[in-house]
Amino acid sequence: MTKSETGDLKTADGISLKLSLQRSLRRKKRNALLLVAPLFLFILITFILPIFYMLMKSVDNSITQEILPTAAPLLLKWDPKSGELPDEEVFKAFIIDGKVAAKEKTINRLGKRLNYEKSGTSSLFRKTGRKLRKLDPEKLTTTYQEALIGMDKKWGKLETWQLLHRESGPYTKSYFLSAVDMKQDVDGVTWKAEDSQIYLNLFKRTLWLSFLITFLTVLLGYPIAYLLATLKTSTSNLLIILVLLPFWTSLLVRTSSWIALLQKEGVINDFLFAIGLISNDGRLAMIHNQTGTVVAMTHILLPFMILPLFSVMKTINPSYVRAARSMGADSFTAFRRVYFPNTIAGIGAGGILVFILSIGYYITPALVGGTQGTLISNFIAYHISGSLNWGLAAALGTLLLLLVVALYILYDKIVGIDNMKLG
Amino acid sequence: MPVNKEDYLVRFENVQKSYDGEILVVKDLNLNMAKGEFLTMLGPSGSGKTTCLMMLAGFEPATHGEIYLDNVPINRVPPHKRGIGMVFQSYALFPHMTIGENLSFPLEVRKMGKSEREAKVKNALDMVQLGNFADRRPAQLSGGQQQRVAVARSLVFDPDVVLMDEPLGALDKNLREQMQYEIKHIHERLGVTVLYVTHDQSEALTMSDRVAVFDAGVIQQLAPPNILYEEPENAFVADFIGDNNCLHGIVTSETENSCVVKTDDGSQIQANKINIKGVGQPSTLSIRPERVIVNPEPGQVPNIFEAKAAELIYLGDHIRTRMEVCGNDNFYVKIPNSSHHADLNKGDTVKIGWNEYDCRALDAFDN
Repeated sequence: MTKSETGDLKTADGISLKLSLQRSLRRKKRNALLLVAPLFLFILITFILPIFYMLMKSVDNSITQEILPTAAPLLLKWDPKSGELPDEEVFKAFIIDGKVAAKEKTINRLGKRLNYEKSGTSSLFRKTGRKLRKLDPEKLTTTYQEALIGMDKKWGKLETWQLLHRESGPYTKSYFLSAVDMKQDVDGVTWKAEDSQIYLNLFKRTLWLSFLITFLTVLLGYPIAYLLATLKTSTSNLLIILVLLPFWTSLLVRTSSWIALLQKEGVINDFLFAIGLISNDGRLAMIHNQTGTVVAMTHILLPFMILPLFSVMKTINPSYVRAARSMGADSFTAFRRVYFPNTIAGIGAGGILVFILSIGYYITPALVGGTQGTLISNFIAYHISGSLNWGLAAALGTLLLLLVVALYILYDKIVGIDNMKLG
Repeated sequence: MPVNKEDYLVRFENVQKSYDGEILVVKDLNLNMAKGEFLTMLGPSGSGKTTCLMMLAGFEPATHGEIYLDNVPINRVPPHKRGIGMVFQSYALFPHMTIGENLSFPLEVRKMGKSEREAKVKNALDMVQLGNFADRRPAQLSGGQQQRVAVARSLVFDPDVVLMDEPLGALDKNLREQMQYEIKHIHERLGVTVLYVTHDQSEALTMSDRVAVFDAGVIQQLAPPNILYEEPENAFVADFIGDNNCLHGIVTSETENSCVVKTDDGSQIQANKINIKGVGQPSTLSIRPERVIVNPEPGQVPNIFEAKAAELIYLGDHIRTRMEVCGNDNFYVKIPNSSHHADLNKGDTVKIGWNEYDCRALDAFDN
């Protein structure tokens, strides 16, 4: 290695040392990349792209411009607050676009899309489509406006056009507004009528139940984890198997067994009735409501709390507590001042794990939750497979994702993610 | 040393300990510690020394017997009411507290006022030369610094007794030696009573007023370091403390202070009678390597034998020589690095000898 005139180091062959180092590291980097490439591609194709696609669904509104290629851009130029119907030009474009769409039978799709915003729109479009198919725009005796209003009086109403105008752009915020129980009309964004507000309450309920479940898992899991961490290894291994046992049992079996236990004619009610604590009419409703969701989910998520707690407690040197005791702290003070603070990383790790899992939990609330115990994910599933309103499902999903990210950031700020120990 | 047993600060009386009800880890321990004494329990691992410490600290109950602290039986006193400071091998500094908070902890649980607390913490940290470290976390300190904090923390609440459980075990050799002196000086300055546990004999000899050598749950010998080395009472202590040569044989005759032991190859050795069971019984002879004389004058010492140098190890100030003598091929002799050593080569036969007094006839411990 010699120093050249310009001052940079050279190898024995006279190549720049930096270059040589880069070259030697390049192969290492390439190998590392090759090793992760299959998994990265798999994740990209099966996880990141679908999620991105679903998130885009929550604002996607390309359908209007697709079905009304000339009418939609013209309509966007109309001022919905003018108090007048759009120009004849717009009506003409709508009839011509609508005729094509009616022939291809795509006009009903647009009706269905707009029906999410205002019910009755779907039937309006079906009816109009039927009539448009028979109409020959070349042989009109009236204006286009009169012709369309003749098909259905709603076309003479301002709000129909205001709705169409609002949803003519390529993107929409209406899904997100629906997801937080709001709507948009010509005057701007307002709350929905009180009796049709559901999602905000659902978010609140989801957060509250998730918090409750997390709290219960800490309460139940902490003593178990402590026992596991302090017992001798052979005994604690056996107990860990018992903790892990639920993982090896089907989720459906576990949830169904809770139904068997908690239902009106179930084991617990029968027992309470048999020992005379409750009357036959007073059998407790413990399933198909929030109680059922909380009990079953606490049971199912408990291992996710116990294992991180256990792994943290395992690393706590038993001499900490002994040192505290030798310095004059009674056993409670030693626990509170010395042992407990050292387990906070485990509570944080287990807590965030259980909370995030329960916030998006689907199968258990669907089976045992009834109407009062269902969570936001059950509604997402309903909009995906029931109402087929994917845009709203995507908006709800996006909000849920943002919520989790926000909580994660909050956790990082308060506890610090580096302190989290999962194993 | 006090005369009355009531004058001792710590007393173990007939203490026994068993974990499983089958094996006694500590067999009938009787030990008195004077106030201000530095007493070390030395022994191989599993000899019961740490168990004794834990019983005194209150973390293990004694199965039988009683422990007295200042004449108060403490078997039923919980650890936090014993007022005993403790230094752990792992230091056990609380990782979530700063150094200052760590030291303040024992004072806080004693409900001491803030200003008094701060003064005491500062004093204790100054004592171990870590006055500027109060705001650091334990993880930011080196092993030696953590060790000093642990010592300071065990002393900050002015306990009568401080227990140290192999506190220097995790340090490297140089630091360990330095810390030995520091702990020794702190002990001398504060006059606190220290019960120290270690398996390192040089540590025990350096620091202690008295050393209790443990083996198999029994104190083999309890004596000041020099007595322990020069006058071991049994073969275990002779072998455990320092370099030692063992010769096994049968006692053939004995007088008041001396005896003759015959080894397997027929050599008759005159020995200092210490701990033998009588004529015809086996005995172990203990001779320190530095007490063996190479090429003695005829008649200079009673024991003179032919030895063959089997191995020479150059150690700078002396040559450690393995010799075959009296049927033992593992007999070490220290030859000072003077002009003599040049005479000796591997395989040479040479005369070696030793005094009767330096050859101690002990029990038939078989190592």
